[in-house]
Parts: sequence; C-alpha cells; structure tokens
Amino acid sequence: MGIRVIEEKCKGCKLCVEVCPFGAITVTKKLARIDIANCNLCGACVEACEEFAAIELVREETPIIDKSQYRGVWVFAEQKEGRITNVTLELLCEGRKLADKLGESLCAMLLGDQVAKAARDLICFGADKVYLAESGQLDVFIEDTFTEVITGLIKEHKPNIVLLGATAIGRSLAPRVASRLETGLTADCTGLEIDPETRNLLQTRPAFGGNLMATIICPNHRPQMASVRPRVFNRPQRDELRIGRIVRYDYKGHSLTQRAQLLAVVKESAKTAGIAETEIIVAGGVGLGDAGNFKIIENLAQVLDGGVGASRRAVDAGWAPYTHQVGQTGKTVRPKLYIACGISGAIQHLVGMQSSEIIVAINKDPKAPIFNVADYSIVGDVLEVVPALTEEIKKTRTEDKEPVIQNSKQESELVLSS
Amino acid sequence: MDIIVCVKQVPDTLEVNVNRETNTLIREGVDGVINPFDLYAVEEGLRLKEQYGGMVTVLSMGPPQVVDTLRQALGLGTDNAVLLNDIGFAGADTLATSYTLAKAVKRIGHFDLIICGRQAVDGDTAHVGPSLAEKLGVPHISCVIKINEVTDEYMITERMTEEGIEKVKLSLPGLITVSKGINKPRFPSLIGKIKAARAEIEVWSTQDINADEDKIGLKGSPTRVVKMVTPQHERQGLFLEGSVQEKVTDLVSKLRQVKVL
Repeated sequence: MGIRVIEEKCKGCKLCVEVCPFGAITVTKKLARIDIANCNLCGACVEACEEFAAIELVREETPIIDKSQYRGVWVFAEQKEGRITNVTLELLCEGRKLADKLGESLCAMLLGDQVAKAARDLICFGADKVYLAESGQLDVFIEDTFTEVITGLIKEHKPNIVLLGATAIGRSLAPRVASRLETGLTADCTGLEIDPETRNLLQTRPAFGGNLMATIICPNHRPQMASVRPRVFNRPQRDELRIGRIVRYDYKGHSLTQRAQLLAVVKESAKTAGIAETEIIVAGGVGLGDAGNFKIIENLAQVLDGGVGASRRAVDAGWAPYTHQVGQTGKTVRPKLYIACGISGAIQHLVGMQSSEIIVAINKDPKAPIFNVADYSIVGDVLEVVPALTEEIKKTRTEDKEPVIQNSKQESELVLSS
Repeated sequence: MDIIVCVKQVPDTLEVNVNRETNTLIREGVDGVINPFDLYAVEEGLRLKEQYGGMVTVLSMGPPQVVDTLRQALGLGTDNAVLLNDIGFAGADTLATSYTLAKAVKRIGHFDLIICGRQAVDGDTAHVGPSLAEKLGVPHISCVIKINEVTDEYMITERMTEEGIEKVKLSLPGLITVSKGINKPRFPSLIGKIKAARAEIEVWSTQDINADEDKIGLKGSPTRVVKMVTPQHERQGLFLEGSVQEKVTDLVSKLRQVKVL
C-alpha cells in the first residue's frame, strides 16, 4: 500500500497540486513530491496525471470478510419514555430507501424497559422487522449495556448497514460499537446513497468546519456504520396496515456489566431547552455590541414564541449560555424560520443553521457571508431593525386577533373621514 | 489521581480557505493550534491534579510539528508529554487512531482517568474518546460539562444531552470527553513556558508501542474518503429596500406569504 511519483515521468506541470484536496503535493525543480503525512491516498492526483502517468498508487484491496454474508439495513431506534424519537423516524425513512435500492430488509433495534408498544410504531413507519430487547437493566441509556446488546445482535445477524442518530446517545454509543466490531464508522452524515456499481454505502458529511463535503466509504468491512445528523432527512408517513415481525432478543447469555449509572436528569426549562426543536429561532451575534442589547433578541423571540440562539462569539463574550450556541461547536438547528441578527456568518455558524427552511439575515455589512445563505436580507443596524421588527410583528398579531367586522368598520370610518 | 489527556493539533480552522476554482483547501500559512475542546481537557486534568494529586500526561499523535502543541500543554503545567510519530501512523481514521492511542496508553501504564476533548474541530467526529475507551476496556461518559465528586472508585459527572443535563456516576478507571463550559482554561505562566521550552518530549514509533502494523494508519482504517466537494450555497438572498420601517413591513408580509408567520 502506498503512493509514489515516478520521477522520470513527472514533468512538474502541477496538475496534481491543483486537484489534491489535502494540499499534500508540492512541486520543486519540476518534480512533484507527495507529503505522506497529509496524503489520504484518494487518487485524485493519479486521475489528474493521466497524460503522463507519473503517479503510482497501490492499494491492497484484500477483502477481510465475505461481504455477501452481510444483509439488511438496520437502524438503532432511540426512544424516550417509550416514545420513538424524531431522528429514529428520519432513519427509518432514509433506511427504507437504502433497503429498497439494495433489495434488502429494513430492521430496527429497540432497547428499553416495557417499550414493546413502540415496536409496532417502528413497523408502521417502515421497518420490516424489529429486534426487541426488553429489561429493567435497559431502562435508561448506559453505554456499557447498550453496546453489549447491540454488538451481540449485530454479530448474530450480520447486517450490511447500521444507522444511528447523531444525538448525544448515538454519538456516544456508535463509536463504542464500531470499535468493538472493528468496523468503519462515519459521523454526522447529511447524505446517504448506494453506489450503483459497488453497492457500497456512500456517506456524505461536512468536513473542515463545513468548508468541504466529504464522501466516505467503508469498502472492506461490514457492517457499514454511520451516525446521521438529525433534522436533515424527512420523516415517513405512518401506515397502520404495514406488516412486520417483532423478534424478542434474548441477550441473557451476555453478562451486562454496568460501570456507569444514571443518577438524575435535570431538564432545561422550555424556554432555553430544545432550541434544537423549536420552529422559530432568533439568534444574536457580536453585531449587537454588548450584553445589554441581547435583550432585543429575547424580545423578538418572545413575540414569535421561538427560541433564542447565539453565535460562538456572542457565547464566548458571555451574552448567552453555551446551550444556546448554534454552529459547529454548538447545536445544529433546522427550524422553519431562523432570524440571524448581527451575525456575520462564519462557516462554523452556517453549518449549524443553513438547512433551516427560511433564513432571514439582518446585518450592517452588505458583504457579510450570512447573506449568502439567507432568503430575506436586510442591510441595516440590528439595534434599529430588530426592535422595529418586534413591533411590526406585535402589530400584525393584534390585527389578526381583532374580529373582521371591526376591521371593515375602521375602513368605513376612514372612508367617511377622508 | 493519574490522568492522561489526549490532544490533537488542528488547523486554525477560522483561517482555512477553499480555492473555489479547484475545490481544494488552501493550507499555506495555516498554523496548527491545539484543538479548542482539548484545552478544556488539559485544564480539567490540571484542576483534578491540583485537588487530588498525581501526574498529568499529555498524549498526541501526528506529524513532528505537534511537539509545539505538546509544549503548549506542558507550559500550562502538565507533567509529561508523549508524541506518537511514525510514517506508519499516517492516514489513520478514528478506529486506527484509537487503536494506536490505546497501545500508547498501555505503554504509559497506570491511569485513573483519561480526558479527551468532546470532538476535534477539523474532523468533528467525536469518535476517538469512546472508541479509545472501548479499546482499553474502560467505561466512558461523553460531553461532560461538570465534575461534581471524585473518589478512588468513581466520579460523578454532569453530561449534556438534547433535553438538558444528566448526572452520571462513572467507575474508575474510566474516560470522559469534556465540552466547552466545564471550565475556563488558564493561560501559561512565564515559568511554565520556560520549563516547557526545555522539557524533553518523548516520541514513540510503531515499535515503541508494540502496535500491529495492520491496525495502524491507512492500512488499519476501514473508512476511506473518496470525494471532496465544496458545498454550494443555493439561496439567493432577496435584499429588502427602503427605510427601516418599510423593510420590516415588507419582511413581515413576505414571511406571512410563505406561511412561516
């Protein structure tokens, strides 16, 4: 396995330098050099050098396992108090498409205590089969026990693909499971396809803070595992008539050690919690000037009955708590309406909100990158625009509440007086 | 309490630019910095050491220039630093990385706690911490934002979830990944910097950690990047014109038309 430049063939044309996504090639004295520390063996340079054939890439493609033994698309069904979470529905919808393309079945793994009722829901939303592991020991999510049960199921039934939600649970559990199974895992995917030629799963995810979209494969190991970003994929329609099988999984052969213990859950107040779930988010950035001005963001959010978001710089300045931070190192949100106020729109912020349905940007700099992802843009001082917008919305809300008859009366009065 | 903190050197991502014509990263002039989340990990290691005693060792894998990042951690007060550097380690995905780190941890020997940053800001996978814990056979808690209590046998932590906070008790030895909010990282002292500049950093190769060559670097990596493209921003923003009042009136009526208000 390796890559090398065939010195006598290299013309020093720099075509390879231009295509290398990792900046691993330099040309000095008309000779290309590949910095192995940065090279990913992607082969882009080999293609670019077709004319001179001066770059040789040798990959050892020895399949470690018999891939034909691995069949089925599986999803890990996350549940909260017996209710299937939204990301699980999204996994079922996307998993169904992949399973149909492969001509394989879609299965869900459901773990918990007294959650059998939810198994039926999983079938109505697209699963052909549900593996159900029920026990008091699986009452709450603990990495040790869930890893044990899930790897047990996977080893026994050999699925082709395993999908988990990229949630707090999924992102803690998936790497543990993949590590035990010694297989590949792609984090936080925003796109999943089947390669028509190889039938491999093409997993697309943002890389380098969203500057690039990387497509990743797991060619020689099974199962192919991916965690999937919430709120990117659609949710399926419920079909009461769908038929599927529920298979109880007896994991009792495994010893379930539990080296961690959940002591308490402290839910955040509705106002601050779940900016990841609210339909409208008003977010503030450093353009607001100081902490006191952040109040205008809260006011606007309040009249809209929405959540409050903040850019990293606003959080670092102490204007809003970290739980409100939107972006790469904060939360990913996808509301119906996202209003960015005084946020310039660094790529790290954009990756956390750019899949919102409608984006409104308010900023004084007409060249701010936030305007590149906005549907409606207002160039102006946030300290003027945001309060004006709050008042305007209050006004329309009051008008909506007034009976129609009163409106027409006002109109007629206007006509009379004019 | 003996602690190992794993750190990664990442490009200063705010400066990463993409050449829109060739779709490639422009890397010239981009400095390597310590992954921001790992600074919280180093700080938490130092605080635990100050309270409970013991040693803090920082561990990293990467090219030779990563010694700068390790010196930065030494300057803050950590006791030892180890760099895993070998041509064979290159191109590792998260599985190969966690295998390699686990082999190094075994050579370091005794530990009560391993601390990692929640995720590295270049890859954003958040895989290496949990995967490393699995390779070492110890339990882990991800996304810790507070440590409430520490004894010889266990620690009580608070972790962040979508709904709020969970209080979780973790048996030791164990591993935690820490998030922003757990502490406020200190700045290096002058004495710390001088000590760090003189400190010797151990550099270990594949043989030094007795690693299986089939499990490290590209060869030990099940995943492979096959394509990199620059995402296209599809929206063409409609700039609203007029006075402030005209703009907001126009905006509200447009938002009502598309039924988000």
